[in-house]
Amino acid sequence: MPFAVIEQIGRNTNNALAMMGDFTVFAGRTLRWLSTWWMRWKNLRLLPPLMFEVGVRSIPVISLTGAFIGMVMAIETFTQFKAIGQEERMGSVIALSVVKQIGPVLAAVMLAGRIGGALTAELGTMNVTEQLDALRVMGADPIRYLVVPRFLVCLLLLPVLTIYSDLLGILGGWIVSVKGLGIANDPFWTNAAQGVETWQIMEGIIKSFFFGGAIGLISCYKGFTCGSGASGVGRACTESFVISFVAIIMLNFFFAQISKDWYMTLYGAKSLFG
Amino acid sequence: MTLIELKNVSKRFGRLIVLRHLDLQIQQGQSIVVIGASGTGKSVLLKHIVGLLRPDEGEVWFDGKRTDPLPERDLMKIRERFGFLFQMGALFDSLTVEQNVAFPVIEHTSKGADEISNIVDEKLRLVGLPEVRKKMPMELSGGQRKRVALARAIALDPEVILYDEPTTGLDPVRSDVINELILKLQRELKVTSIVVTHDMASAFKVADRIVMLHEGRLIFDGTPESIKTTDNEIVKRFVSGNADEAELASLKQ
Repeated sequence: MPFAVIEQIGRNTNNALAMMGDFTVFAGRTLRWLSTWWMRWKNLRLLPPLMFEVGVRSIPVISLTGAFIGMVMAIETFTQFKAIGQEERMGSVIALSVVKQIGPVLAAVMLAGRIGGALTAELGTMNVTEQLDALRVMGADPIRYLVVPRFLVCLLLLPVLTIYSDLLGILGGWIVSVKGLGIANDPFWTNAAQGVETWQIMEGIIKSFFFGGAIGLISCYKGFTCGSGASGVGRACTESFVISFVAIIMLNFFFAQISKDWYMTLYGAKSLFG
Repeated sequence: MTLIELKNVSKRFGRLIVLRHLDLQIQQGQSIVVIGASGTGKSVLLKHIVGLLRPDEGEVWFDGKRTDPLPERDLMKIRERFGFLFQMGALFDSLTVEQNVAFPVIEHTSKGADEISNIVDEKLRLVGLPEVRKKMPMELSGGQRKRVALARAIALDPEVILYDEPTTGLDPVRSDVINELILKLQRELKVTSIVVTHDMASAFKVADRIVMLHEGRLIFDGTPESIKTTDNEIVKRFVSGNADEAELASLKQ
């Protein structure tokens, strides 16, 4: 019995390592194609429809979630800030939280759910119906034709969606704080502007490039390696979202640590209530 | 002249051994049909020829050049000389019929839009479907989809066409249309054809050589006439479509 358990642990570890190795090769091939991909017009014309699907069609859901999360933050923080007579500082807390963490992470999670699953389903269906093999037989590398443009679009558009999510989050916070809870307009915006530095805005945007790249690669990889039949595609979609979500949270942790270290080295500690 | 050769090819997926030390030579211009029960490795054999799968053991040769160790980028060049009709057609869902047929031409040549349009016209006419060029694959019947897939497979005027179960899922009349189409392409384009099927009517109609795969090995290699008079019990039962006692035993439990 104990041997069976050890054997199972060994097999699972082996499978996980094999998958990581496979994914690394997949990512490496994508990056290698990327170096020459953009030079061909035939490749670039694949981008606009994907940009519409990933970017334009994600705007409603990103707007809605961004705005509501800003509103919730205003409601949740108001009582505490009022108790210490600092409610006018809410603008800085909302803006800083949204720009550094909530905006990028929320936009990435929404993209992983809305687009990641769809990409996995699309490529997974192409896989089980032999369309990927058909591409290879016709001399078109599926990585070049399918993965590189999807990876690029996720990589480039998530930062744009993040900026959008940031703006809507702050706007949501402003609506509740100023229009709902009666905080003065000018101090809200003054504090919001003073509480956020260019460094923090850039941190949010830079990490969203990595989130976008991770979502694109993971979604395409799961589609390319999905099991047979409808259940195989369904399982791949679920795994794609879960792995993307975990990757976003883990990457976010590492970025928080790196950013904090660099900031402390360059500027030292600074209080919001300075 | 030998165009394609498999030497001692073996392939396994996990514990399942699909091909066992298989040797096969295919001559230029030949129309060879590969028959065998479901799951005996017929499609796997086709995918080895075109480099979609690589053997665990053995060698694959095409036109005097060993292809199985080649990297994907080199295989791309060789694959331009092949047309492949997949079992379910494998048309790209998101593209129209016209875009599907034009796809390999756009990928591999620098022809202008008018020239590509003429090629699409010519190939769709050849398979008898000039009227569907603006339709999406979902709007086509099963037989039409296979014919469009065939038009796409011959878009670059290949030297070899591989057919993976071209008549599966079609009624007898539609099957015959596909068989006639294979013969027409053989006649007009002088291609080498490799047809994988378990439809014996189709095999007898299009083959000038039939080979049978059983448990990963070739157990018959001969003409359509000679297969009718073979002494091999497994081949005889497959050709006549009769199950043996062991295969029927599960029904009696």
